[in-house]
Amino acid sequence: MYKSSGSSTELSLELLRKGDKSEFARMVETHSAVVYRLALKMLGVEQDAEDVLQETFIKAYKALPNFDGRSSLSTWLYRIATNEALMILRKRKGKAAPLSIDEPLEMAQGEMEPLQIVDWCCMPEEELMSAETRHYLNEAVEMLPHSLRMVFLLRDIEGLSTRETAEVLELSETAVKTRLSRARLRLRENLTGYFLDRMAETIPANGGG
Amino acid sequence: MMKKSHNCRHLLNSLSDYIDGELNQSICDEIDRHLKDCEDCRVVVNTLEKTVYLYHETAHQQELPVDVKKRLYKKLELEDYLKG
Repeated sequence: MYKSSGSSTELSLELLRKGDKSEFARMVETHSAVVYRLALKMLGVEQDAEDVLQETFIKAYKALPNFDGRSSLSTWLYRIATNEALMILRKRKGKAAPLSIDEPLEMAQGEMEPLQIVDWCCMPEEELMSAETRHYLNEAVEMLPHSLRMVFLLRDIEGLSTRETAEVLELSETAVKTRLSRARLRLRENLTGYFLDRMAETIPANGGG
Repeated sequence: MMKKSHNCRHLLNSLSDYIDGELNQSICDEIDRHLKDCEDCRVVVNTLEKTVYLYHETAHQQELPVDVKKRLYKKLELEDYLKG
């Protein structure tokens, strides 16, 4: 449904490996939008996303002759793009705080995620899909630590499978599931807080004092 | 009360797989049983599902901005292949 649609005819790995320009152009046409979108959501800055986009295809072109085809072309491209994005994130943080997709994110034993129990599913659809809500949805993703954000973007926004996501990020499938779970729970928590405020605003005050 | 809440917390980590239908049958049954009796967990499951749904629905498939695309093709020396 929300998965990116591929090209009408499969890209030829053989031609791509040979450096065929026309086939490479088809690959760029097919995959550039997703690469850019991913980079933009990972980094939040258009110029950085564009740098990642260009760098990804430059590197891909150089590396294609040695592409072994063990993972799919799209997975391979997303991996290049993700690594480029991580590099920019590292630069932003400075060398003092090295940053990796593998950074530990387990919580100390006994520590628990906060959990608000409010049922906001019954909110009207126009409220759930309003421009303001959409804006908040994006903000909430940006607040996730990048190790959770990357997994969430690939799985729930771009619609990759657990296995594909694991390949892109070079993580185990179990790690992908754990991070996805944590990302979704955090987003649920943030959205609950957000909709709780919205509910308070929309329910008319009826006397009471 | 303590036991119940402990149980809820225990299930929490499985709920993401649960809504994806990726749990084995026995854990899935355990969660189904628990949800029957636990209003709080039902709310968490419902809002978790709705959260994922909202992101799916709003994940717009935006195309590459035209100027970004032009600069990309130029950089890659693919201008001849740039369509309309």
